Amino acid sequence: MQSMQGMQFAFGVVLMFMVMGLLIGIVALTLSSFIRPHNPTEQKLQIYECGEEPVGSPWMQFNNRFYTVALVFILFDVEVVFLFPWAVIFNDFIKQGLGAFIFAEMAVFVGILALGLVYAWAKGDLEWVRTRRFMKPAAARKGGVA
Amino acid sequence: MDFLMGNIWLWGPITAVVIAAVITVNALVSVYLERKVSAWMQNRLGPMENGPQGIFQTLIDAVKLILKEDIIARGIDRPLFKMAPYIVFGASFAVFAVTPLAEGVSPADLDVGVFYVLAISSFVAVGIMMAGWSSNNKWSLYGALRGVAQAVSYEVPLSLAVLTVVMAAGSMSLQTVCVEQGGGFWNWNGLALHKNPFLVGSFLIYFIASLAEVNRTPFDLPEAESELVGGYHTEYSGMRFALFFLAEYANMLAAGILASVLFLGGWQPLLPALDFVPGPLWLFGKAYFFVVLQIWIRMTLPRLRVDQLMYVCWKVLVPGALAMLVLGGLWQLMIKG
Repeated sequence: MQSMQGMQFAFGVVLMFMVMGLLIGIVALTLSSFIRPHNPTEQKLQIYECGEEPVGSPWMQFNNRFYTVALVFILFDVEVVFLFPWAVIFNDFIKQGLGAFIFAEMAVFVGILALGLVYAWAKGDLEWVRTRRFMKPAAARKGGVA
Repeated sequence: MDFLMGNIWLWGPITAVVIAAVITVNALVSVYLERKVSAWMQNRLGPMENGPQGIFQTLIDAVKLILKEDIIARGIDRPLFKMAPYIVFGASFAVFAVTPLAEGVSPADLDVGVFYVLAISSFVAVGIMMAGWSSNNKWSLYGALRGVAQAVSYEVPLSLAVLTVVMAAGSMSLQTVCVEQGGGFWNWNGLALHKNPFLVGSFLIYFIASLAEVNRTPFDLPEAESELVGGYHTEYSGMRFALFFLAEYANMLAAGILASVLFLGGWQPLLPALDFVPGPLWLFGKAYFFVVLQIWIRMTLPRLRVDQLMYVCWKVLVPGALAMLVLGGLWQLMIKG
């Protein structure tokens, strides 16, 4: 459905909102810079680590689970992006009697991606705390009673 | 009104200023509400000193934040550190550009409104990552990593839930979504069992995911005070911290507005006979219902663990949202088509 405002009008207003968002921040910080104190001391400039002297660099290795989550996210986010145009025209296709066709198309698309989710699930990539198989007691692995 | 709405140089700045005022007042009101409501729920009084029932407390806090020193510690990545609050706040502010205030009245009625909201609100995650990474602080980095992992994970069920509404309305424009739900509260997507019962399931999934998106309890791991001090904004002080704070409450309101537009009719009145009450009142009334609900949940539920967080998202909400999408589509095809 076409909106009342033209596209350039609407996106122009959006741009104004973005500029306004930045302006609010700039104005607030500038105003505050006139009245706030500025007295940096040695202790104040230290990184906060619960009162201790910071040890080592904070830019350290982190859990690579975060990386897996990001990968799965990209997979699904791209899926959603492709589904949005589909969702908009779904009703029109039903009205033209092509509903079953377009629904089947979506079902195949979502099905393949659901398969991806099942794969990641079965592989254990969705588990935050992964227990390694070889760490389980031998009796439990063979199905016996430990 | 037509004169105003036809001229972009009037309409754009005026709505931007109005929304800016709304967001500022919203932060003051929400913080006060949060303190007062949580106090009542815990049988305390809450703020009482400044003004009757302490209503000026948050105003005085704002003044205090303006007067605070802006500390930038040694070893911080300065450009990123300074840029981060602007990105977080700018993104949360820009989301409001598509708010449908009343019938035919929005600052910008984008044809891709829903998509715009989802796209712009993901910028907050970028800002959080910049803040945490540049702070040269272990708490900040870990808070940011958690925050981003959580924001991107929960965006998937959130977008899928929104998708079912787009599918039912046949449009991504927030105005059209509102118009489609007219005629009384039984036609609102979140309550209309006769229109499409699977939208009610989407409503639930959307609400849970939106709690995680705005980092509210039980999903407040990025700023879990007891384990991560302040999370990604540990090193921020004064006005820079205030921008993060303002953005957080703006996000709460934005989540409430989007929930009420998509699932509770937006500016639609409760009953058709009540349409003499202006649309913005309905919209903000519904949005504040969600804000109070968020506070209520914060006072009720404990925080999840990281592994539970991922479990809820990928093994409960995502399959659930996919099921709602397919079943909702099937319903539309079979029953309505």
